[in-house]
Amino acid sequence: NNSFNMNGILLGSVGVNRQTRTHVNYEVKDNVAVIRINDPTSKVNTLTRQLQDDMMEVLNEVWGNSAVKSAVIISTKPGCFIAGANIDMIKVCKSAEEVSKLSKEGQMMFEKIEKSPIPFVAAVNGTCMGGGLEFAIACHYRVATKSKKTVMALPEVMLGLLPGAGGTQRMPKMLGLPTAFDVMLTGRSIRADKAKKMGLVHHVIDPLGPGVKDPEERLIEYLEEVAVGVAKGLAKKTVTVEKKKGLMQKVQDAVLGIPLVRNQVYKTVTQKVMKQTKGLYPAPLSIIEAVQAGVEKGPAEGYHVEAVNFGKLAMTPESRALIGLYQGQVACKKNNFGKPEREVKSLAVLGAGLMGAGIAQVTVDKGVATILKDTTTEGLARGHDQVYKGLNDKAKKKSITTFERDMTLSFLKGQLDYSGFEKVDMVIEAVFEDLSIKHKVLKEVEAVIPPHCIFASNTSALPIREIAAASKRPEKVIGMHYFSPVDKMQLLEIITTDKTSKDTTASAVAVGLKQGKVIIVVGDGPGFYTTRCLAPTLVEGIRILQEGVGPKKLDSLTTGFGFPVGVSTLIDEVGVDVAAHVAEDLGKAFGSRFGGGNVDVLKTMIQKGFKGRKSGKGCYVYSAKKKDKQVNSGTEEILKAFKLTAPPAVSGDEDVQYRLVSRFVNEAALCLQEGILADPVQGDIGAVFGLGFPPCLGGPFRFLDSFGADKLVQKMKRYEDAYGNQFTPCQLLLDYAKDPSKKFHK
Amino acid sequence: MEVLVFHWTAKKTLSKPGVRNVVLVEGVRTPFLQAGTTYADLMAHDLARGALQGLLNRTAFPKEAVDYIVYGTVIQEVKTSNVAREAALGAGFSDKTPAHTVTMACISSNQAMTTAVGLVASGQCDAVVAGGVEFMSDVPIRHSRKMRKMMLSLNRARTLGARLSLLGSLRLSHLVPELPAVSEFSTAEMMGHSADRLAAAFGISRLDQDEFALRSHVLAKKAQDEGLLTDIVDFKVPGKDIVSKDNGIRPSTMEQMSKLKPAFIKPHGTVTAANSSYLTDGASAVLIMSEEKALAMGYKPKAYLSPTYAIPKVLERSGLTLADIDAFEFHEAFAGQVLANLTAMESDWFAQNCMGRKAKVGAPPMEKFNLWGGSLSLGHPFAATGCRLVTMVAHRLKKEGGQYGLVAACAAGGQGHAMLVEACPQ
Repeated sequence: NNSFNMNGILLGSVGVNRQTRTHVNYEVKDNVAVIRINDPTSKVNTLTRQLQDDMMEVLNEVWGNSAVKSAVIISTKPGCFIAGANIDMIKVCKSAEEVSKLSKEGQMMFEKIEKSPIPFVAAVNGTCMGGGLEFAIACHYRVATKSKKTVMALPEVMLGLLPGAGGTQRMPKMLGLPTAFDVMLTGRSIRADKAKKMGLVHHVIDPLGPGVKDPEERLIEYLEEVAVGVAKGLAKKTVTVEKKKGLMQKVQDAVLGIPLVRNQVYKTVTQKVMKQTKGLYPAPLSIIEAVQAGVEKGPAEGYHVEAVNFGKLAMTPESRALIGLYQGQVACKKNNFGKPEREVKSLAVLGAGLMGAGIAQVTVDKGVATILKDTTTEGLARGHDQVYKGLNDKAKKKSITTFERDMTLSFLKGQLDYSGFEKVDMVIEAVFEDLSIKHKVLKEVEAVIPPHCIFASNTSALPIREIAAASKRPEKVIGMHYFSPVDKMQLLEIITTDKTSKDTTASAVAVGLKQGKVIIVVGDGPGFYTTRCLAPTLVEGIRILQEGVGPKKLDSLTTGFGFPVGVSTLIDEVGVDVAAHVAEDLGKAFGSRFGGGNVDVLKTMIQKGFKGRKSGKGCYVYSAKKKDKQVNSGTEEILKAFKLTAPPAVSGDEDVQYRLVSRFVNEAALCLQEGILADPVQGDIGAVFGLGFPPCLGGPFRFLDSFGADKLVQKMKRYEDAYGNQFTPCQLLLDYAKDPSKKFHK
Repeated sequence: MEVLVFHWTAKKTLSKPGVRNVVLVEGVRTPFLQAGTTYADLMAHDLARGALQGLLNRTAFPKEAVDYIVYGTVIQEVKTSNVAREAALGAGFSDKTPAHTVTMACISSNQAMTTAVGLVASGQCDAVVAGGVEFMSDVPIRHSRKMRKMMLSLNRARTLGARLSLLGSLRLSHLVPELPAVSEFSTAEMMGHSADRLAAAFGISRLDQDEFALRSHVLAKKAQDEGLLTDIVDFKVPGKDIVSKDNGIRPSTMEQMSKLKPAFIKPHGTVTAANSSYLTDGASAVLIMSEEKALAMGYKPKAYLSPTYAIPKVLERSGLTLADIDAFEFHEAFAGQVLANLTAMESDWFAQNCMGRKAKVGAPPMEKFNLWGGSLSLGHPFAATGCRLVTMVAHRLKKEGGQYGLVAACAAGGQGHAMLVEACPQ
């Protein structure tokens, strides 16, 4: 779920003209050069031109000083060692060769440190990612604080890039091939104690409590004291760099010493990558190639391939799409509506179902007192168990302690009545999707809550203005559309009506941000943005099934396009009843444009009890024992009964894929055209994080930019001929098709 | 650190109208011995009994006049979970005198005394015995949870078949024992580890800590040699000698101490075995009474006691400053911890950011501080230390001719305890 939650490469200013040393300085303490990094122009340190130039200058002075016997590299920036290379440095490059040159410069600087005549100790506190980690592993010894902010990762792969400053060469030597591949191909974050276990750092120190100054300031001083001690030891040879290897490590090293075994490793890893990415992401394969070149053909070739591949990757549309998503995600983690008048300190959730309990979980998780109200004790107990399980799973994975789990759970209060509602600042309802029930609940709630309390509705399709029609205070009513499972899905779609006040919106965004969500704020209308894009895609999926493409084939065609979940599986996951509900509701609202597949297919499935995964049967049959799911023969029979003839001109595999995608994209463009969406960035983020639009395409608008609106319009015209207005391109799409220089993203 | 502080004051002018004056009549303790030495074969309630009997012997107090007994303990012996009651009965106290056990980590006996003061001040009792015991030579080591579960099921199994099938599920992992927690439940951190971090946070060096520990041992040795540790009552160990002296006082040299490796944070930590208090066996007891009753029974109370809130607050309220305090007795769990606390008291930053005060409290002058040694040298039987501190400060006030004493102690779980003691007129 955090596949885009990283900042290995960050925004920042491109290096300024060289004048004085502002980013790096040093002093010599007991024959140890303490080199301190701090970028005064930014909240984080990134590898900018200025920083690199300052660093080289300092390194040359240090190497020229015979009194210096060892060195420590440390950042005085709170919470950040080096967050990564500077993304703008890459973005301004016009060619692969230019980017390769950047990579080579980084490689050279780190190689100089690696081959330095005096030992270097990297003292790491805070973010140490991408180029920052490559810097640290070029040093001879690493000390890290166990602060929660200390996170190490090589997240380049998530931006469609590779670690381009020696990372692909040093990691395998340091961690062994399997672990190195794992770290570089997943880009996952590693905490200090885990890094110690893996052999990525030599020594860890615990964070400090309050003393006679700011604890983090003191922690950095303390880290420096310890690192200086290590550096002295290294110079005197009382401390050694070599780590003792365990038996398993020795065995693994011996086995991986055999070329045939290594070849098998490359093959297996490549197969795994191909299976997971369907070959749609070039970066992982480039990483494997660079590692293989280094291990099999030596460092010269390895560094060369790394630099060349880095340049190539930077020019790919996949990398642009992923970088766009990363930047979009950063933009959607800000509150653009100002500071709310009052902070939401206590919150109530109505309905302890899957969604309600999920919302309660992400809320208590951030220490906000939360009431979870249901109408039955059974429902309440189930919801409470869901929250407990969510937290306990975290404790089992050791990301929190059992004590923290208990403390977090203490913020949750389960109840059947409205007691205490007179003090809550926000109510989020997650009751059944039925307007009359929502109205009833709204009226009940408004009778007990204080005047300032906000009423938010977690609905996936019902227009908020219709819900608010029953309210005495529509300015306090807003939509907060969460995605299931709430604790895993990052997106929150906030829906405002023309009556919703700005402060109410600001409050809802603030709560969502606190819950850790990526937020898009959209206008009101049937299905808002996300459900509105999803509905025609699902309906098209049903038509494709009716036309005789089996559920498995449909799944492989969609995942082959880059969707993480196939359409048939998606119907089962969402629930056949929910899908039918949405298709019918939105069909009524939007008319024949939302037609295609027959909703009666879904209704018949529901009658037979095939409600999707939750009922054990849907398009597939689910059983706890079998991993490989089988197609549900009952559904196949229903599909036969509703069989349609596939028009041969638009039923090839590729056409099937584009029929699904074009309906999605056209609806997204319509949302932008109608003002439901404020900008394409939120449209892309909503589609990728909420609906699983292929990340390699960067979202519907990024896709239109790279694929070409004109090309898509051409395809749609063909489909329109076969099926009618469901494929009529909207005006905005036509405008962009007419003028290819028009782009949604600059 | 949360500091929960009580004030034992004395000046009659400071006492609240309608609240009785509470006094310390006498305090005693068994010799404090390193765990695993002469007391090794005893049990916790044996030591507690020794302290209680010692108190009775020294005061010649009529047993039936004791209204209540409160006793502290930290690591509980499962056979004597209410160790207060077992020890009291064993020491010959009346079975009509109720006794309860309290636990609050290293300030357990402080809490016992506070409870006693409350009982007397509210008029429920006239004479209460408080105290604490810790026995580290033996600690409860349990079977693993799996094993316990199996044994309990075995108890309920009716047929041979059921029993055999349960026994058949026995695995090697069942036999791994469970030790008493060395780390705190809530933070999963060991005390020594925490002390090392505390010292680091306040920038207390290894040298400072070693020097302070050495000071503690030197002062304790001097006090021992000069016969100042009069709170000790002899303890006869069955089949062994009569113990009459603490055995952990060992003044060393800075050179020797500097050779030790860090005990918790390796290799760069600063807390070592030599600058930490050691595992100790021991028990203490005090007699707390209403002044009126004590005088009526012909006793000469040592100090007035009346609980209130935090040190700075109580000083301000009573119109006293740190300069008015004649004797300080602070608990020394670790040299690093004591020095960190003293540094915190001297820090405006700490006062402003961690205590919500405008300015620092100020640290006690070393010439009034722990002059007869402390927990580092005398030993630290967790739940017995509080009474040792209070009795010692009362004795010091008498010996040094001072009027006010201040006692402070810290405990696991981020808790603390402090009290102001005033000498009674001689």
